[in-house]
Amino acid sequence: MPLDVHIEKDLPAFQLNVAFSASETPLSILGPSGAGKTMLLRCIAGLEQPERGHVSLNDRVLFDSDQRIRVPARRRRIGMVFQHYALFPHRTVAENIAFGLQDLSREHQAARLSALIARTHLEGLGDRYPKVLSGGEQQRTALARALAIDPEALLLDEPLSALDTHLRSQVEAQLQEIFAAYRRPALLVTHNIEEAYRLGRQLLLLSRGRAVAFGAREEVFRRPPTREVALLTGCKNFSRARMNADGSVEALDWNCRLRVDQSISKPPAFVGIRAHHLDFLESVPAGAASENVLACWLVRASETPFRITLYLSLRQPVAQTSEFDLQAEVFKEKWQRFGNLPHPWHVRLSPDSLFLMPE
Amino acid sequence: MDLSPLWISLATSVTATAITFVLGLAAAVWRERYTGAAMALVDGVFLLPLVLPPTVVGFLLLLLFGRHGPFGKLLLRFGATIVFSWPATVIAATVVAFPLMYLTSRAALEQVEPELLQAARTLGASDWRAFREIALPLAWPGVLAGTILSFARALGEFGATLMIAGNIPGRTETIPIAIYFAVEADQIQRALSWCAVDIVISLALLSGLYYWTRARGFGNFRRTAH
Repeated sequence: MPLDVHIEKDLPAFQLNVAFSASETPLSILGPSGAGKTMLLRCIAGLEQPERGHVSLNDRVLFDSDQRIRVPARRRRIGMVFQHYALFPHRTVAENIAFGLQDLSREHQAARLSALIARTHLEGLGDRYPKVLSGGEQQRTALARALAIDPEALLLDEPLSALDTHLRSQVEAQLQEIFAAYRRPALLVTHNIEEAYRLGRQLLLLSRGRAVAFGAREEVFRRPPTREVALLTGCKNFSRARMNADGSVEALDWNCRLRVDQSISKPPAFVGIRAHHLDFLESVPAGAASENVLACWLVRASETPFRITLYLSLRQPVAQTSEFDLQAEVFKEKWQRFGNLPHPWHVRLSPDSLFLMPE
Repeated sequence: MDLSPLWISLATSVTATAITFVLGLAAAVWRERYTGAAMALVDGVFLLPLVLPPTVVGFLLLLLFGRHGPFGKLLLRFGATIVFSWPATVIAATVVAFPLMYLTSRAALEQVEPELLQAARTLGASDWRAFREIALPLAWPGVLAGTILSFARALGEFGATLMIAGNIPGRTETIPIAIYFAVEADQIQRALSWCAVDIVISLALLSGLYYWTRARGFGNFRRTAH
């Protein structure tokens, strides 16, 4: 693989201990704040020294604790985009971008500079200073500056977190465009689940310094290997589970028997389903159609402009309770179709949406 | 009126400021990186000339550079004596000005966001280039303020200079020393003239510093809050 990383570093609260490889497809590193994501990037870039480990990029060993190899950051040829961009405030956009080009001849510098400016859509802004730029422009400048050294890998630390919401989707589209053209290892750190999914084809999940999941994004989301991974990827509904002799799964907290398509080698400890996957039925099912269907009562609801979050109880709730068993996420159009039906409602946990976790 | 104290004072202050600029800045850069156990001691030694009475500084310098002192002996081998010569005024002024340069430029360098220097390193810059092109320009208002304060301090140096350089008219007699001996000899007019010269130079320097820092908008490039 082009980028091989194995890093062990002692942090105040825990040890960062991660090993993974990255190919030419973008990799999202997802994890809660303080999981060690930024430290991981900084170790790869050579800005921090791990205690032990090995980092190699295209057969170039950048760090190896056994062989005592420590290539300094300036010789790693790894482009880094910092969370707050770290643009040089006393240099213009063009001077910022050209900082890494100084070994080239003047003509080459000028040609590279205008190519980078075009690639990051910064035309006309070359002689502005960073502080007068918008957040998106600052970010593109930081990206162009990192790309200037023709890096063999690109590291982005929370590239969208400093932006206003309305700018994010625009900047995200530009990032996707850059990634598509880059075709080298690109690592992106984020704590936003959807951002991680949209920008990275591969996903590395970090929790307290450890990689708890690593793989293609679809796989990690569809079949989270553990309950922790399911939680980190935003899954809301869990029940303790036990395998029945007939192959069905007993959901202990939901007090029901479920058919689950997935089979796992170890006995399941939990069964889970994402809030988006709950299917509300508009009529009371009968016979075979009643498989995996549960009766439920609405405890409370929380609205966003287009969607509604429903908190459901599987038992007839006593007044004033806020306890719920399931959390569902539905579009308003769908909600309008069943929201007026009399309780209990009927919700189906589809066998191919349910997943099992051994721990 | 003999203008030599003015020229001696200016030559001494300019030379001492130039030396203290390099030494103070180098010490500040070194101290920013140095995280050893002796940090407090190092700081103490660097700041000592600021708190000690000038007579103590002067006496210690006399011991160091005198005929029997370690530096004095070394210089004697090359047939040079420093004590009671013009270079002694420079040494005295440099030593007392150093803490101001060191303190001010260190504070200015600490204000430079470390991530900017890290970004420079990932872009292939050596430490020296990162310092020259990023840290120094951003810390420049503070570094310049330190330089001006050092110059002002060098210009006002009296006690240590008197002890190590004495009062040799036309060679080591700076303005403050000329004033002292004019008063001693009851030449009130001469003393007053030199006082006026000193006040004019100092005021020009300090108001220049004030306007310059205002015009530059001190803190334009300060750390941004995270």
